[in-house]
Amino acid sequence: GFELLEKRELVPNMHLLRIRAPQIAAHAKPGQFVILMAGETSERTPFTLADWNADQGDITLIIEEVGRSSRELISLPVGARLAHVSGPLGQPFDIQKKGTVVLGGGCYGIGGILPLARALKQAGNRVISVIEASSSYLLFWEEELRAVSDETRIATKDGSRGTRGGVQEVFEQLYRHEGPVDMFIAMGCTFMMRMTTELTRSWKVPTFVALNPIMVDGTGMCGACRVSIHEETKFACIDGPFFDAHGVDWDELDCRRSAYAREEVEALPQAADLNALMFPEAAHQGCGCGR
Amino acid sequence: GKRPMIPRQPMPEQDPRRRRYNFEEVPRGYSEETAMLEAGRCLRCKKAGCVKGCPVNINIPAFVALIAEGHFAEAADKLKEQNALPAVCGRVCPQESQCEAGCILGKKGDPVAIGRLERFAADYARTHGHEPLACAAEPSGKRVAVVGAGPAGITVAGDLARWGHHVVVFEALHLAGGVLMYGIPQFRLPKEIVQYEISNLKKHGVEIRTDMAIGMTQTVDQLLENEFDAVFIGTGAGLPMFLNIPGENAIGVFSANEFLTRINLMKAYDFPRYATAPIRPKRAITVGGGNVAMDSARTALRLGAESLIVYRRGMEEMPARVEEVHHAQEEGVEFHLLTAPKRIVTDGRNRVTGMECLRMELGEPGPRGRRRPVPVEGSEFIIPADTVIVAVGNRPNPLVPRTSSGMEVSSRGTVIANENTMMTSKPGVFAGGDIVSGAATVISAMGQGKQAARAMHKYMTGEEPPCV
Ligand SMILES: Cc1cc2nc3c(=O)[nH]c(=O)nc-3n(C[C@H](O)[C@H](O)[C@H](O)COP(=O)(O)OP(=O)(O)OC[C@H]3O[C@@H](n4cnc5c(N)ncnc54)[C@H](O)[C@@H]3O)c2cc1C
Ligand SMILES: Cc1cc2nc3c(=O)[nH]c(=O)nc-3n(C[C@H](O)[C@H](O)[C@H](O)COP(=O)(O)OP(=O)(O)OC[C@H]3O[C@@H](n4cnc5c(N)ncnc54)[C@H](O)[C@@H]3O)c2cc1C
Ligand code: SF4
Ligand code: SF4
Ligand code: FES
Ligand SMILES: [Mg+2]
Repeated sequence: GFELLEKRELVPNMHLLRIRAPQIAAHAKPGQFVILMAGETSERTPFTLADWNADQGDITLIIEEVGRSSRELISLPVGARLAHVSGPLGQPFDIQKKGTVVLGGGCYGIGGILPLARALKQAGNRVISVIEASSSYLLFWEEELRAVSDETRIATKDGSRGTRGGVQEVFEQLYRHEGPVDMFIAMGCTFMMRMTTELTRSWKVPTFVALNPIMVDGTGMCGACRVSIHEETKFACIDGPFFDAHGVDWDELDCRRSAYAREEVEALPQAADLNALMFPEAAHQGCGCGR
Repeated sequence: GKRPMIPRQPMPEQDPRRRRYNFEEVPRGYSEETAMLEAGRCLRCKKAGCVKGCPVNINIPAFVALIAEGHFAEAADKLKEQNALPAVCGRVCPQESQCEAGCILGKKGDPVAIGRLERFAADYARTHGHEPLACAAEPSGKRVAVVGAGPAGITVAGDLARWGHHVVVFEALHLAGGVLMYGIPQFRLPKEIVQYEISNLKKHGVEIRTDMAIGMTQTVDQLLENEFDAVFIGTGAGLPMFLNIPGENAIGVFSANEFLTRINLMKAYDFPRYATAPIRPKRAITVGGGNVAMDSARTALRLGAESLIVYRRGMEEMPARVEEVHHAQEEGVEFHLLTAPKRIVTDGRNRVTGMECLRMELGEPGPRGRRRPVPVEGSEFIIPADTVIVAVGNRPNPLVPRTSSGMEVSSRGTVIANENTMMTSKPGVFAGGDIVSGAATVISAMGQGKQAARAMHKYMTGEEPPCV
């Protein structure tokens, strides 16, 4: 069983989950993801492998609480078993020696870039990690990233720490004043990835983004995850998640990601009593807020 | 001798006006009396044409005779000798072009309802807790990996486990069953039947490891090196094809696989109890003319939509089973034949509002004898819809061939296997089902599984299997 070994809320709404999954830990490579189901009635939902330990047989995920499925997951008590964890899925990032590589992470991407930073540094690159949050109190894993990067930069939207702004502001600073940069990689919310893409387009620096379309199976069977890259349809789960940022049809991705906005609201605990669904034996305990 | 002329017994069915609103099974199955009556029609031919028509050569006269005599459980045992999943095949085989097409009674009147009888016997055994006699094989000490838990993999696992080998099935999804679970809808093949067969496999000692995409976790090479004496690949044809027309990535365009997976495997029809977002079409166009298209169109109907089928050719050319087309028509699916999609029409928010189509005419027969449709110039017109389901075929899943060394693959992406032993170009690795033949049928996948299981037994032990 996929036992939940550890659960911590790193910063508000951002949870670290460590799960027993020896098969995945043994085969995981930087940039890959897993698909989780908290219970047998759950959705299949993708999350990036933020870390893993093959010897201990566990994997670490950073889960942002946004809707029904992420909430089901972070509501599990330590010691509980997740119904399903499947992976590793997706193409690993092609780790090569390029020179100076700048990694940008926002939201869950702060965790997601850690294995990339570690592997890229091991491959002999100079690695600069850049992380962003709305405010300083929402930053996490700064020390973890410092340990595996040559340099780590901070950006906050309110300017409470580091550069005022986001990943793209730091990218601009690095490129214009401290270059040359040989590769940019961005992972996190679509908005941030899109802004960095627009920025680096004119610089002609290879830029990769980890796309996050809606997925179902994650094995190439359904086509829900299709994205347009240089006007060609790709399945993000088996061809991605990393793609040449400058070929991405961002409008299409934005649209497709919001396809189920209505159902996502309907699925929330006010529509279905989540506690009763997940823990029938504990249906009458707690306040029922779903956390 | 002279026999009274008993007509082919009709199958009781749910009323179309009612069933188009529910997911319950459409045909209700024969009663014992009806089954015996129908079985009594069989002439027990010496040179039975029906057997030749069945891809796995079920001894049809024998099992039908057992039903006629009221030995229902024994009839099920007879079926199990050739077919691991008779309850499934009785429901989904294209009988009219296989066993029943070869039945002598069909020359003048209606053939024996072999599929319905097969279903009856298998259902009888299941609901009466009857289990076929186990094979008294000694444990062989050999270990076999089966990759993919569709009908091909299930067959191989069942046979090899009975013959004493330790079998581990690896399945990428969270439930075993392949297309039987995620594709074919509940109203045609209840999922309980598939899971019953899976639980039987487990009872016979087969280990099933779900959530394991081979190629992403271990590769086939590693399975062979580390743990297993032989490997069977039954990963199916699960890669959906699209139309490659403008607008195809709009919101509201789905592959049939996604549409059916959400509803069947993820049970989105029971949303929000099940968390997966359902698709809620108001007016759905399904593109295609095969079983997958019929399943999609009938599912759309049950979700409350007006349901249309758009197909490039005519009714005669439709590859779907006759029964499925008939059921779809009864339920109110609208057929737009000789019509080809040209473009998806969308609104400003990239949502589907319709599909532009072209009218077609049938031209000269093509290489496979089917008449080719040719577009009528200037015949463009728009069919309004909010949902388009693309059911124009599936290609082999490339994950395993791509990650296995020395495995020969055809230009169509199918794995090349010896047609008798089903061994691939990689020694010790066998393959069967849709990954070898391209999208085909349940029974052909199982037939290849049977062949592979025998050859695998021989490969590992040097002997013929101890029992059928
Ligand atoms: C390859 C990949 C890696 C990801 N890695 C992480 C990660 O490490 N940490 C993290 O917190 N999130 C990650 N995500 C996003 C995560 O999958 C969604 O946040 C999650 O599925 C939301 O589910 P929900 O029911 O809680 O929210 P909902 O309220 O249902 O949805 C919120 C938003 O999440 C997106 N979403 C919903 N369902 C899916 C789905 N099945 N697949 C993909 N996106 C969906 C949609 O854009 C939706 O608008 C990743 C997504 C992908 C595709
Ligand atoms: C909607 C639909 C309706 C159909 N209707 C009929 C019908 O009425 N009659 C009929 O005879 N046929 C029908 N068919 C066709 C029939 O279902 C297939 O021919 C048959 O299922 C093929 O069996 P298989 O074992 O080769 O593969 P599948 O059933 O496709 O099973 C393959 C399994 O392998 C798994 N897999 C794939 N890759 C990996 C991997 N790397 N590692 C581990 N597991 C993996 C998949 O998840 C899947 O579970 C239909 C098909 C569809 C899609
Ligand atoms: S397996 Fe299919 S073809 Fe063979 S007898 Fe049964 S229904 Fe007919
Ligand atoms: S051909 Fe028809 S009548 Fe003859 S044995 Fe087969 S099913 Fe019976
Ligand atoms: S998620 Fe189904 S094909 Fe990618
Ligand atoms: Mg959700």
